[in-house]
Amino acid sequence: MTTSARTRIVGAPVPRKEGIDKLLGRARYIDDIEREGMWVGATVRSTIPRGLIRSINFDQRIDWTEFTIVTAADIPGTNCIQLIFADQPCLADGIVNHCDEAIVLLAHPDKHKLRDGVEAVQIEYELLPAVHTIEESERQETIIWGADNLLKSFLLEKGDVDSVWADAAHIVEGEYRTGAQEHLYIENNGVIAEWSETDGIIVWGSLQCPYYVHKSLLSVFDLPEDKVRVIQTETGGAFGGKEDYPSTLAAHAALLAMKSGHAVKMVYDRMEDLAATTKRHPSRTRHRTALDKDGKLLAMDIELATDGGAYATLSSTVLSRATLHSPGPYVCPNVRVRSHAWATNTVPYGAFRGFGAPQAIFAVERHMDEIAAAIGFDPIELRRRNFLHDGDTTATEQMMRDPVILDQLLDRALLESDYHAKRKRFARENATSAVKRGMGIAAFYHGSGFTGSGERYLNSLAGIDVTPEGKVRVLVANTEFGQGTNTILSQICAEAIGIGYDDVIMAPVDTHVVPNSGPTVASRTSMVVGRLIERASHQLVAMLREDAGLGEHFESDEFFAACERYRSVHGEVVSLCRYEAPPNVFWDDQKYRGEAYPAFAWSVQVAQVAVDTVTYSAEVEDFWAVQEVGRVLNPVLAGGQIEGGIAQGIGYALYEKVVLQNGHMANNQMTNYIMPTAEDVPPIHVFFEEIPFQHGAFGAKGIGELPHDGPAPAILNAIRDATGVSFNAIPLLPEDLFAQLATQPVVAEAAAL
Amino acid sequence: MSHRHGTIRFRVNGESRAIDAAPMKRLLDVLREDLHLTGTKEGCGEGECGSCSVRMNGELVNSCLVPVLQAEDADIQTVEGLCAGGALHPLQQAFLDCGGAQCGICTPGMLMAATQLLSINPHPGMAEIREGLAGNLCRCTGFKRIFDSVIAAAANDQPSTRQAAHAR
Repeated sequence: MTTSARTRIVGAPVPRKEGIDKLLGRARYIDDIEREGMWVGATVRSTIPRGLIRSINFDQRIDWTEFTIVTAADIPGTNCIQLIFADQPCLADGIVNHCDEAIVLLAHPDKHKLRDGVEAVQIEYELLPAVHTIEESERQETIIWGADNLLKSFLLEKGDVDSVWADAAHIVEGEYRTGAQEHLYIENNGVIAEWSETDGIIVWGSLQCPYYVHKSLLSVFDLPEDKVRVIQTETGGAFGGKEDYPSTLAAHAALLAMKSGHAVKMVYDRMEDLAATTKRHPSRTRHRTALDKDGKLLAMDIELATDGGAYATLSSTVLSRATLHSPGPYVCPNVRVRSHAWATNTVPYGAFRGFGAPQAIFAVERHMDEIAAAIGFDPIELRRRNFLHDGDTTATEQMMRDPVILDQLLDRALLESDYHAKRKRFARENATSAVKRGMGIAAFYHGSGFTGSGERYLNSLAGIDVTPEGKVRVLVANTEFGQGTNTILSQICAEAIGIGYDDVIMAPVDTHVVPNSGPTVASRTSMVVGRLIERASHQLVAMLREDAGLGEHFESDEFFAACERYRSVHGEVVSLCRYEAPPNVFWDDQKYRGEAYPAFAWSVQVAQVAVDTVTYSAEVEDFWAVQEVGRVLNPVLAGGQIEGGIAQGIGYALYEKVVLQNGHMANNQMTNYIMPTAEDVPPIHVFFEEIPFQHGAFGAKGIGELPHDGPAPAILNAIRDATGVSFNAIPLLPEDLFAQLATQPVVAEAAAL
Repeated sequence: MSHRHGTIRFRVNGESRAIDAAPMKRLLDVLREDLHLTGTKEGCGEGECGSCSVRMNGELVNSCLVPVLQAEDADIQTVEGLCAGGALHPLQQAFLDCGGAQCGICTPGMLMAATQLLSINPHPGMAEIREGLAGNLCRCTGFKRIFDSVIAAAANDQPSTRQAAHAR
């Protein structure tokens, strides 16, 4: 299906707005920026997972008069990073709750002397018992957070699962685990801060959410809004990893700037970034599923637990999204999801592309294949019988009002991948080969935008203005970090007004310049913020027609001439719009019932995997992804989002393992935290079906997170297809394959079943 | 290991430069701090990610692993030296057209690795492209559009036909 709307710029592969600067090497990332008289800042961190700070000692061999030293005692406002709960200190004060927690900050003009200074601060602790795993936390023998270690829990109920077990034809149970995952943006976290009595704080940084940083700084420094200014610099990848952490880092640099009287730069090196910043939540999901004799789902009882780390940060909202994605894209009359986020003494886990959905979808999509095997069904057929369709309701009783085309996506995925013929061929070849090949699929949705009433609480404001130089400027706090914000929003604006793509520029993301259009997260930018820009653009044209004599049809020069006429009367040419929720949307936060998301993006992915039973390596040989994301605004950027997300998903499944030793990341280097390289990523075939969504910009829904949800279950399903052996935990490294395949021989005819 | 400064001479992007630096200072830091050529990026500081890739005497090196004393008399090319006379280098144009750059932080190093590859092998096959770029990590793209960019530059292809293929 394609859209009938004719557009000139939306839907076209226009070049990336900031592309030339990036290609010439002149785009300015945080570490490329110098300020006059700038010092460098560094952090002294805890080396234990939990304990009381007994003393902080400064080695007498260092001349400390050259340094600026900051501890919790120097914080002028509240010692707390403001996010959802106010439990995380900006600097540890008396107690540490995880390794690599910041205790002391140092600044010095010389980065080499600064390093010596960090080495010369010794901290004495009184050790307290620490909690390292979900299981230890839920036993509640050692309480490390609140009264019960429980950061958040949800109960989602539809129908009555317990009424079903006795009469079910089949009951299938399974447990699935996912590990932590590091974002591994190639640019580490970094900021520069300045302080003055007159202007307050200015922070430049590599970050996703300038107004999150702004809010946190107001509280740490107890300053009025206009005395804190946050400016995003070119950002070298984020993926969720620069959603909450920059609030902490910005506060650190600003404390040093305030006390030293100098601009202070803090840019982490790779080891510090890996050890001290957020990662994807590890998870454990248990499924108990009842089916009738025809393979129709009768009940899904799901228990989902995440490891949240030492402070609450974003764990509640990650758990929410995990909960809402855990039943998968299926119709089931009886669903119960009990979910819990547990505290442990590790660096707090945070936002990462998918935000809980990849964990939940790994479990449900792996479980569907286990069900198929247990009841003697084809995994494709089992899914088909249970897919959601238009008019069905989800586990939150949200009715699918817009078209749901899972069958169509599945058919296309099977066709493009030649799934059935390949499965048959591999089954034949596997019998006599040491390399076993298999095909696996995953089907899933990803909710676009904030959950439930989230967008209404955000109440985003965005818009455009017109510069005296004759450019329309997009005014948003939404950040570009590779995904295409600048380009997409410029396309939407140019299309809606009827001017050229080159007539539109982006305002700097500076809290003194742009309104709070909400964070750049949750696949919301194209759909929600894009819609605001579309509306603001139409509004500006209407203003110019009314007040400045703009005709029905116009060229760019006539448009800008009308803008100048408007300016001469009104002083400025600005058009802002505030978020308006789609009508008839109901969400009950207490019962977790109603419209969980304004829209869903849908996908079916297929992985072809080869398992070498001599070396125990698993290789993804080929990959197909078919998706429906509403209108595709820019095919090159959209394709790039899907391919990049799949590559990260392949890493999540087969390569990337965070090794914790006593709560500290032991492999905090690119040498031993391994991501897929140019030689590891398979050919990725991307196909879009387009169904415009009426409340998204030019029909767009969310796209960025969707592709990361599917590769892990598709790949492990393919490995089961290849070997007949079930693997239910990721990352799945060669040693894990060895451990299980060596004791549980490959079933040669498995794939032929 | 001596930290005493000395004068080191080399050519960067065709220009002769004399630097007063500690001999063990990383070439990466000399480029960025002394010469203000900040197009070359640091990603890991241990030669794994390739963000700091530059060409030195016709070889691709990780400038974070090269002490500047090794660059004495060398010919060095950085991303700033790719584009001659204001027009984009064919690789830069291809990256722009094909979507080879997203966040852009690996891009300078990736461009240098691709330049090196095409200088040795003007028409590489897919396996050779993968091998040639294997030392440069990109976390955004999944590499596919980087491969497309290299193929387009090698073929001096008309990018519009390539984009039609992506747009399906």
